[in-house]
Amino acid sequence: MDPQPQLPVFIVGAPLLFSVIVPVLGRIWRHSAFLLALATVAVAAVASALSLELVLRKEPFSYHLGGWAPPVGIEYVIDEVSAFVCVVITSVSFLVLVSTRRWAEREAGDRPGVFYGLVLLLLAGLTGIVVTGDLFNLFVFLEIASLAAYALVFIGGRKAMLAGFRYLIIGSIGGALYLLGVGFIYFATGTLNMIEARELLEGTPSTRAAQVGAVFIFAGLGLKMALVPMHLWLPDAYEHAPSSVNSLIAPVMTKVAAYAMLRMFLSVFPAGFLSGTVPIADALLILGLIGIVFGSVAAAGQSDIRRMLAYSSISQLAFIAVGIGLGSPLALAAALLHVANHAAMKATLFLAAASVRLRVGLQRTHNLAGLGPRMPLTMGAFAIGSVAMIGIPPTAGFFSKWYMAQAGVDEGQWVVVAVVLFSSLLTAVYLFKVLEQVYLRPAKPEPSAHGDDERDASADAAPRPELAMRPVVERAREAPFDVWLPLVVLAAATVVLGVINVVIMDHVLLPGVS
Amino acid sequence: MIEEISARFPYWAIAVLLVVGLYGMMGKRSLVKQVIGLSIFQSAIILFFISGSLLEGATIPILYSVHGEGHANPDDFVNPLPHVLMLTAIVVGVAIIGVALSFLVSIYREFGTLDERELLDDVRE
Amino acid sequence: MSGTVVSGLPLLAVLVPTVAALLAALTTGRWPNLRDVWATVAGIAMVAITVILLVETLDGHIHRTVLLELSLGINSPGINIALRADPAGMIFGLLVSVLWVLAGVYAVGYMRGEHERKQTRFFVAFALSIAAAAGVALAENLLTFILFYELLSLFTYPLVTHRETETALVAGRKYLAYTLSGGIMLIGAAAWLHVLGVDTTFRAGGFLEGVNLDSVTQWALFALLAGGVGVKAAVMPLHSWLPSAMVAPTPVSALLHAVAVVKAGVFGMVRVGVFVFGAALLDDMGAWLVLAIMSAATLIIASILALRHDNLKRRLAYSTISHLSYIVLGVALIGPLALTGALLHIVGHGVTKITLFFVAGAIHVRTHKENVSELDGIGRQMPVTMGSFALASLSMVGIPPFILFTSKWYLGWGAVEVGQQAFLIVYLVSGLLAAGYLFPIVIRAFLRSSPDHTRYGEADIRMVAPIALTAVLALVWGIAPDLPLGFFELASTVADAAFPPSVALAGVTP
Repeated sequence: MDPQPQLPVFIVGAPLLFSVIVPVLGRIWRHSAFLLALATVAVAAVASALSLELVLRKEPFSYHLGGWAPPVGIEYVIDEVSAFVCVVITSVSFLVLVSTRRWAEREAGDRPGVFYGLVLLLLAGLTGIVVTGDLFNLFVFLEIASLAAYALVFIGGRKAMLAGFRYLIIGSIGGALYLLGVGFIYFATGTLNMIEARELLEGTPSTRAAQVGAVFIFAGLGLKMALVPMHLWLPDAYEHAPSSVNSLIAPVMTKVAAYAMLRMFLSVFPAGFLSGTVPIADALLILGLIGIVFGSVAAAGQSDIRRMLAYSSISQLAFIAVGIGLGSPLALAAALLHVANHAAMKATLFLAAASVRLRVGLQRTHNLAGLGPRMPLTMGAFAIGSVAMIGIPPTAGFFSKWYMAQAGVDEGQWVVVAVVLFSSLLTAVYLFKVLEQVYLRPAKPEPSAHGDDERDASADAAPRPELAMRPVVERAREAPFDVWLPLVVLAAATVVLGVINVVIMDHVLLPGVS
Repeated sequence: MIEEISARFPYWAIAVLLVVGLYGMMGKRSLVKQVIGLSIFQSAIILFFISGSLLEGATIPILYSVHGEGHANPDDFVNPLPHVLMLTAIVVGVAIIGVALSFLVSIYREFGTLDERELLDDVRE
Repeated sequence: MSGTVVSGLPLLAVLVPTVAALLAALTTGRWPNLRDVWATVAGIAMVAITVILLVETLDGHIHRTVLLELSLGINSPGINIALRADPAGMIFGLLVSVLWVLAGVYAVGYMRGEHERKQTRFFVAFALSIAAAAGVALAENLLTFILFYELLSLFTYPLVTHRETETALVAGRKYLAYTLSGGIMLIGAAAWLHVLGVDTTFRAGGFLEGVNLDSVTQWALFALLAGGVGVKAAVMPLHSWLPSAMVAPTPVSALLHAVAVVKAGVFGMVRVGVFVFGAALLDDMGAWLVLAIMSAATLIIASILALRHDNLKRRLAYSTISHLSYIVLGVALIGPLALTGALLHIVGHGVTKITLFFVAGAIHVRTHKENVSELDGIGRQMPVTMGSFALASLSMVGIPPFILFTSKWYLGWGAVEVGQQAFLIVYLVSGLLAAGYLFPIVIRAFLRSSPDHTRYGEADIRMVAPIALTAVLALVWGIAPDLPLGFFELASTVADAAFPPSVALAGVTP
């Protein structure tokens, strides 16, 4: 029997299964938790890569869960797009997991098994969202991923508790709204299978039920992807979440919600359905444009580096929303490329911030002065990630902007072109603010300098006694090997993605969206 | 207007429930009440699915005997799928409420209150 | 006779400085001598490569390296990153590589003399900037050009902010804001052209020639492209980053903000004017007049502003702004002679202005003086340095037989050739103003006596030798622009290609 069509089970099923096993084994043997979780993610990553290879070599295929044929049964659809996004999610998660082991075990307290179990649950949910071809199944995976994310945010301490609770309330509203929308679609079409729903919606003139359903679905997913003005939960959640968590959820979590949004355009609603009586495409476009500017401006005003990166995420997600709103194949492909690019770039930036927290314990940008030469690899990766975010060629960020601008020109949307291009200037404002501090300013003397920064007492800024009187930044050492190596790999990935972007666009994304 | 409402009263009831739930989540200071609001919100959606699949005069889709009596008329049976879906949705909802309540326990242990304003003041200090 | 040869040489010209940067980064400050050797070795290697390319180019063999050539399945020409050693590019490439060797030697002397901090970062960024400038010179199409143009902005940022003072940081922000905006305009234009399905490979006569566009599109593209390169070319009102960037160490001001970066801007203007739009289209649109008036205004205003600045480097910066507009105006005049003059002016101004900046740096290292008013009698104490300054000043003003006389002669002749005598007058007035802001310095230095009794000697040999050499080059290239690097031949080849011989005045020799 050809084992390859069983691949989707490994992508989704392996993390789901081990999310239960890991906590149990983690009780018995502490260190098994990390290793098992890592192995599971590796399995999912390999399965994703093999799926992608299979899709490219042959054609998209689908997997019928439990052997029940669609449209009644649940179908997992592996096409270019879903396989690609799976590869991105699993490989970024793998690197982040390796890199964050040190502080994950500190932050998770005495139960690393539970922590890694939640991480695997999150991953199962995310990959499930990506591969599923069933509207209701998507809801279930969305909630699985969200539940895991709420819990992971919650363990970050006092402030994180409140942020996590708010995240839960708002996220659940989002999920519930999505479900409501699915209900309308179901009653309008009588099916939950995406492909069949599309065919049915295409055949009949659009009913009011289907239109209302579409609105609810987009409101729900908009909340999950933190589209302005539904973004309020995100900055708190990202700022207060444990370092090991925000490095993981920031690159992948909201990106997957954006992917689900895109999937709606691609597979559920027929072309033109969303730009007629219910102008959801235009709404996404306008909210996206506002979000790009708002996110960047807000980011420039932040002094906490994690909060700054959180607002930056809002801006970047809005960029993806603009691509979805434009709706042309090139725009959708550019949005998907940005999903990958941004996952790599944001993981780099958050990991660098986390690594600084590990060594120095400070997070306010103005307290990081003089850190560049002390942590050359970490900050070098941060600089490369920043350059990629700004979009200087040949890094990844440039090419998403390049294709998006082309799509904008193609559609005659000049405002989009202008905003997309000038957003790099806004991005430069807040990222160079950090780079300037890190590389071009001298370290500040202790202790008054970081009075407004809650120094993480557990940070291990060089306990060498002869340095005890020096500024805390000057005592910092480079992060340990297992922390900086994944970081450097991710930073390199932002450049490599830029160089090979044409291949991805040409063979994976453009065929996937058309 | 009244006819319109009475003809589709389940939907109006659901709409009212949704608004009540939203108000609970957004307007209430007590975190417990917010969780109750969330629960109401989810229940409203479950009711929506169930009432949407209602078919007057139809019965449960269990076929006792169709031997030699021709094909069963689909109009005689209620669509079972939404009910099945809602079983799953209830499980999801219970999981969310469970997690939310466990959050509340932790928050109460840490802060000694579940009043949102007091919590925010506490955190800001 | 002419043909394209696929070879790695153009890529090598970009890689050599990149490798030098990597080696310098790995060597670090622990072995400063070894670190500083890399730049010189790489510089000589780069000169060798460009000279080989020059010989080939003059023979009609255009070397070309394709880095990436992929097409998307949509109506755009895809992504095409390629380098090509065409005559226009060779002019800029040769200039950068020759001056890099000299500036590299000078920089070692300067940085050590000033006891600058973080020298490794300086040399790494310096070499990377050269690599980016070489890429700009040899870019075959618009996208490749933008790629290196943006990298040039990025790599020069740490050089501008090198001193890490508050002024330097502010200047750095301003620098980034201006240059990134310029890059954005270019990217916008390029994206637009790709959507229109235009092949953006640079072509003498303009790749937009014959492309059917309505006039709004034409003007919008012109505004984006000319604005984008105009930022680095410091055409007013986009110039104000340049005087601010003078906070950088002098070798940076000398090579980058008198040669590589700003020349990338004017070279971009040549690309936009001649290789994107082409003479016919510029003439049809009337865009040349806009460009000509803006650059003529810049030319005069910047010269007047230069008169008022006492700080030597700032005065030179405004002089640079003025001279960059000489070149822009030369492009705008759309005539073969004006274009020849503009291309020669790129070379001539490069070698002349670098001398002046070198001298400013040498004076600073020896005496820590920055203002013109403090330079009384300095000529007697640093005779070689100030003698070179005098020679370069003569060249700047346009006295024969210096190189800037040759280029100005062509520019002026070009203005007459196309019937725009008004611009000839602009050139002449500006030459007078240049005498006004440069000769007083020479007079002070040699004819007044020093107010204090400190004896300053000449600076380090690593600084004096490049100064003297560049001054001599300004003279040699003036007498014989073809010796030894064939600048005139290259320039006239470009002009011939841009303006088919039937139009041009044939048989022009210097």
